[in-house]
Amino acid sequence: MASKGIKDKVAIVSIGCTPFREHWDKSKDDLVIDATTETLEAVGLTKEEVDAYWVGTAQSGMSGLTLSMPMKLEGKPVTRVENYCATGSEALRQACYAVASGAYDVAMAVGVEKVKDSGYQGLNAFPTPTAGTNRTLTAAAMYSLVLPAYAKKYGVDEDQLRMVVAKIAEKNHYNGARNPLAQFRREISAEQICEMAAVAGRLSVFDCAGVADGAAAAIVVPAEKAYDYTDKPLFVKALSFVSGNGSGLMDPNYDYTTFPECEAAARDAYQQAGIDDPKEALAMAEVHDCFTPTELVLMEDLGFSERGEAWNDVLDGNFGLEGSLPVNTDGGLKSFGHPVGASGIRMHYECWLQLRNEAPEDRSIPQTERNLGLVHNLGGYPGEMVSFVSILGTEIG
Amino acid sequence: MTVRGILRTAGYVPYRRLDRSEINDFFGSGTSTGQRSVAAHDEDTVTMGFEAARSLLWGQGNLQPNSIWFSTANPPYMEKTNANVIHSALQLPEETQAFDFGGGLKSGVGALKTALHSSEQILLIQSDIRNGLPSGEDEHNSGDAAAALLVGDEGDGTLLARYVGGSTVTKEFIDRWRSPKEETSKTWESRFVESTYLPLVDQAWGKALVNTGLETEDIDTLVLVGQNQRVKKQVAKSLGVKEVLDDLSQTIGNSGSAEAAVLLVSALENAKPKEKIALCVIADGVEVLIFEKNDVQQNAITLQDQIAKGGNVPYRKFLQWKGMLPVQPPNRPTPTRISASAAIRESEWKHGFVASKGDQTGLIHMPPSRVSVNAEDEIDAMGQEPMGNKIGTVATFTIDHLVYSENPPVIFAVVDFVGGGRIPIEITDVDPDDVAIGIEVTPTFRKLFTADGIHNYFWKVRPVR
Repeated sequence: MASKGIKDKVAIVSIGCTPFREHWDKSKDDLVIDATTETLEAVGLTKEEVDAYWVGTAQSGMSGLTLSMPMKLEGKPVTRVENYCATGSEALRQACYAVASGAYDVAMAVGVEKVKDSGYQGLNAFPTPTAGTNRTLTAAAMYSLVLPAYAKKYGVDEDQLRMVVAKIAEKNHYNGARNPLAQFRREISAEQICEMAAVAGRLSVFDCAGVADGAAAAIVVPAEKAYDYTDKPLFVKALSFVSGNGSGLMDPNYDYTTFPECEAAARDAYQQAGIDDPKEALAMAEVHDCFTPTELVLMEDLGFSERGEAWNDVLDGNFGLEGSLPVNTDGGLKSFGHPVGASGIRMHYECWLQLRNEAPEDRSIPQTERNLGLVHNLGGYPGEMVSFVSILGTEIG
Repeated sequence: MTVRGILRTAGYVPYRRLDRSEINDFFGSGTSTGQRSVAAHDEDTVTMGFEAARSLLWGQGNLQPNSIWFSTANPPYMEKTNANVIHSALQLPEETQAFDFGGGLKSGVGALKTALHSSEQILLIQSDIRNGLPSGEDEHNSGDAAAALLVGDEGDGTLLARYVGGSTVTKEFIDRWRSPKEETSKTWESRFVESTYLPLVDQAWGKALVNTGLETEDIDTLVLVGQNQRVKKQVAKSLGVKEVLDDLSQTIGNSGSAEAAVLLVSALENAKPKEKIALCVIADGVEVLIFEKNDVQQNAITLQDQIAKGGNVPYRKFLQWKGMLPVQPPNRPTPTRISASAAIRESEWKHGFVASKGDQTGLIHMPPSRVSVNAEDEIDAMGQEPMGNKIGTVATFTIDHLVYSENPPVIFAVVDFVGGGRIPIEITDVDPDDVAIGIEVTPTFRKLFTADGIHNYFWKVRPVR
C-alpha cells in the first residue's frame, strides 16, 4: 500500500511567517496579507505570478475567498482546506501535488488562524449540530491519558515521568526564548512546571501549546526550476498523510502509549524518502508538541527512540539544540504558539531556516553532514487523529 | 371482577446525601438531624424515574407494559411529554403509550389509583426533586427520589400486592402552593392546615374500611404520606393502626409527588405475606388505598440497600446543584442546543445506549457504526448490542478542570465492558479520590446539559456499589 511519493519533483523556494501572538490589533485578513506578502517579496514574485493558491484554516474562514478577497487575487484558483491541527501542512501538501502534476508552475500555500477574537480561553471548535452524544473532554485531558498508561507499560515512576515531560516543555521554552517570532519567550524550568496546579490529569497549563493568532506561507515550484528563484531551495523528499479510523476509542487493545496514525505516516514518509534510520539521517525535526506527552510518544512513533526509551532519551538531552537529533528548535507549539491553520507551515519555516543555516545563532543546530529535516503535524486526539509527515532536504538525490 | 394490583416495584435513591447538620452549622441555627437525598447536578426527575423503571423492568423477565405514566411536580419539560424520554431510554416499542401526570403533589397517587382501575398493564414512574429556600423547612425535610410500580391484573403474573380497595375525599383549600414560575413553595399556617386535614382523614379512613369490609385491626401497616409533619403525627396516633411505616424522613426526606410510591415500595419490601398495608395520602384532600401483600420475591435492588450506599455532598455543592448559589463558570463556550433531527436518527444510541456489533467478529462499536473497523464484517450487517445494563472496568482515567461543566472538574474514564466494547466516558456519582484503574462501573442515564431549554440526555457511567 506504499505511496509512490514525489521525491525531488518539487521544491520550496520561499517561506514566510508572522509572529505568533495574541494579535489584538490584527485581523485574519491582516495576518494573511502579512504572511503572503512577506513570502512573495522574499523571492521577488508578485501575486499575479503565482498560478494557484491553497489556504488552510481550521475555522477562521470558509472557501478560497479567505485568501482571494484580502489579497485581491484576480482570476486565480484558490482552495481552502481543513484537516484539524494539520491544516497548514495539508495546504502545503496540496500545493506540492499540484506542481508535481504539472498543472501549475508556481503554487502557494497559506495557513492562517485568528483564534483570539472569541473571548474564550483555549481553542474552541465551531459548534456543529449533533445529537449531543459526542465526547466533550478537552484535548488536554485526552492527551493526559498518555502519562499513566506509559508509566504503567514501561514501569516508569509516575512522578519521574511527570518530570520527563516537564523537561520537554523546558526545552521548548528554552528554544522559543531564542525565537523572535515565538509567542512565549521566557525560559522556565521543569521543576517550576511540576509545581504548577494540574488542569487535566497531571498536566499543567505549561504542558499545553500556546494559543495564538498567526499566519505562514510557502511557495512551491518544480524542482528543476528551483534555482531560478533561490540559491538554497528545499526539495520535498516525502509527503505522507494518515487519517485514522477512530478504532483507538473503541478498541480495548489500544493502550494510549502510541499514536498508530503517526507511526504509519512516518513509515510511509521514510519509504518515500529512502530513509532507513531517521536517527542517523535527519538533521532536525519539528514535531507536533500540542501537549508535552505528545512529544514524548512521538519520539517513539517517529522512530527517534526505541519503544519505552523516549523518556530516557529526553532525560539524556538527545532532542535539545546540542543533542543528537534536535527537535522543535523554534520552541514548538509549546512556545511558538499554535494558530491552528498556520502551524504546519510554521514547522516547515523552521526547517527552512535551520537547513539553510539562517536560524539565529543562539538556536542554530550543529553543522553536520545531515541535510534532511522532518516535519510532523497531527490533528485530533489519541485514538482518533490525522497525521502528516514531510521530509525536506537541501540537495536533490 | 378482575383482581388488580402491583406486579413489581423498584425505588431509586440518588447517590448523594446531605447531612442536615451542615445546614444547621452553616446558618448557626436549627436542630434537624439525619440526611436527605440529593439529585446530582446531572439528574432530573426524568433520569431518576428512568433509573427506577429500568431497575424494575430489566433483568425481571419479559415485562411489557402497555403504557408508562410519569408523575412529578418538577417536570424537566412542559408541553413536551417527559414520559417519552423514559420510553425511549427503556427502548419500549412505539405501540407502548407514554403519558405525563404532573403538577400537583397528589398526581402520583392519582396515577396509581387510575392505573388500578384501568384494565391495562401500566408502568407508573413517579419522581420528584424537591427544592426549598436555604435554611427553610422544605430544604431540610425534603428529599429527591423516584419509584416505579408495575400495575396489572392477576393474569399478568403473580401480584406482589393485591389492591383491596380505598376511598377518596377531595377538598379545595389553601395549604401549600407554588407558582409555575417559582422554584420553591409556600405554605399556610400549620395549625389551620392540621385542623382542616384531620377530619378529612377520619372521613376517608372510615369510607375505606366500609368500602373494603375491613376493620382498623385488619390493617398491619399504615403508610402516611403528606407534607405536614404535625398532621402525620396526629393521624399516626389517632387511627390506631398496629404499625406506622418509617417515613424515611431521616434517610431520604419527603419526596413530594413521589413520596406515596417511594413509601409504598418501602412498605412492600418490608411486609410479610398476607399483611395488609393502608396507604393514606394527605394532599389537597385524602386518598386511601389498601393492599394485601402476596408471597412474592423481587430481584430489584432495595431502597434500604440504596440508602446504605450513599455518599455525602457538601452543603456548598448542594446549594449550587439546587440553583441557590450561582457560581462563576469556566471561561469556555457554553454548549449549544442539540439537533432534533440528529437526535432522532441516533435515538437508539443516545437514549438506549445500544451499540453495534460486527456480524462476523462480534466486535462491539461504541458509538454504533454501519461499517466495522474489521474488514471481515459486512457493511450494514452489524447487529445491535444494548450496553445500558453491562458492567465495565476503568482502563484509565483523567480529571479535566478545563472543560465546560456544571459540576467541574469532569472525571473521564476509558471503560472496557465485560463481553466487549470500549468507550471514553464521564464518570458520575464519584469523588476524584475514589476513582482508580480497575474499578467497576455501570452505565447511567443522565442529563449532560441544557441549552435553549432542550435537555441533552445521554449516558455516563457510575461506580458499581
